[in-house]
Amino acid sequence: MSSFVQAYQWVNLRFLLQGFWLTIEVSLISITISFILGLILGTLRFSRIRYVSAIEGFVIDLIRNLPLLLIIFFTYFGLPQFGIRVSPFGAAVSALVIFESAMISEIVRGGLAAIDPGQMEGARSNGMSYMQAMVHVIIPQALTKMIPALLSQFVSLVKDTSLATIILLPELLYRAQIIYSQNSTYMIPMYLMISILYFAICFTLSQLAKRLARRLA
Amino acid sequence: MFTLFANNWSTYLSGFGHTIAGSVLALIASLILGTVFALLEVSESRALRGLASTYIEIFRNIPLLVVTMVFYLVIPMYVVKINGFTAGTIGLSLYTSAFIAETIRSGINAVGDGQMEGARSNGMTYVEAMRYVILPQAFRFSLPALGNQFVNLIKNSSVLSFVAGFDLMYQADSIAFSTYQVIPSYLIVGIFYLILTMPLSYYMKHLEKGGRKQDV
Repeated sequence: MSSFVQAYQWVNLRFLLQGFWLTIEVSLISITISFILGLILGTLRFSRIRYVSAIEGFVIDLIRNLPLLLIIFFTYFGLPQFGIRVSPFGAAVSALVIFESAMISEIVRGGLAAIDPGQMEGARSNGMSYMQAMVHVIIPQALTKMIPALLSQFVSLVKDTSLATIILLPELLYRAQIIYSQNSTYMIPMYLMISILYFAICFTLSQLAKRLARRLA
Repeated sequence: MFTLFANNWSTYLSGFGHTIAGSVLALIASLILGTVFALLEVSESRALRGLASTYIEIFRNIPLLVVTMVFYLVIPMYVVKINGFTAGTIGLSLYTSAFIAETIRSGINAVGDGQMEGARSNGMTYVEAMRYVILPQAFRFSLPALGNQFVNLIKNSSVLSFVAGFDLMYQADSIAFSTYQVIPSYLIVGIFYLILTMPLSYYMKHLEKGGRKQDV
């Protein structure tokens, strides 16, 4: 038991909480950018513009079918080869954005496809352009239906930030590893603590998703 | 890239084999576990439902990497010696089983109460009705979703590389750092992953569309 008390001394907890904050930061930035990108890409694929949508769809399917870990390696080791210098933070965020915006674009496309085509026809016959109908009629309806799926995607994004340990991003898991590498009896307390912290964010988000899904159903 | 593959093909193929073996083993284990927990979740006992949803929520809301590391580091220290591949596959199975349980549970819910009532009033016990009437239909309903879970599972098996699981990603790392051809090495395993995941996910899309037509 004493190892628990020692492991949770303030120096260690403060060190962990800094990592927790970085995890939240990376998650929030990636969620925001990939939501916007995913919305644009999903609408683009849904709109079936000749060639553009087909090529885009193929690229999105490629990304969706690769492990995120691989994409993290590509951004971390690959971007410097194109003369773009990236920090672990930049590499992690860009990998998450590439992967998650592809995932989100599929959710968006599915949400748009679930809207009755009569809505589009109605909007168009009332004199709206395709763009206007999309922005004012179709997307708002689709978004409310998509919220639960989007939230669960955000949950997996938060969990996936832990993969960035591999490129030495000092987030939660990485910092836990540093602490228990100095004293191996801290291993269990550390894994317990970070599990609780991850669980706290993810459980809140996934409960929210469940509630909303029930209400919107 | 071609010479890199020509020089290291046996290493890549061994990684490919480990990835397939780990994914298939974890799929079997997580299907069994997932079905059990889905059944507990729809059972009439409140305690069993609570147990199942606790299990599901814990594994759905903690990163796979954390689960895997616990099995790799903590279990061998205090319980039993297991190698990286075993630890990784156990972690992968438990993590995926939570998602599969949710998928199968919603499949069971989609079957409808009338089926259970009909089976029971024809003299079947609860277990018989589940086994012969509800579950077969539930599996059919959730087949596309289960397939997508399998695609996720294959992608997630890349965490085996963290625990020396000798999978594709692990081999890519070792070849990348011994030959200094980092990007080509990862490109090659990328192609290997796509060989596994692309056909599967296109087939699931096809099934989803077919399923919708049947409903109409």
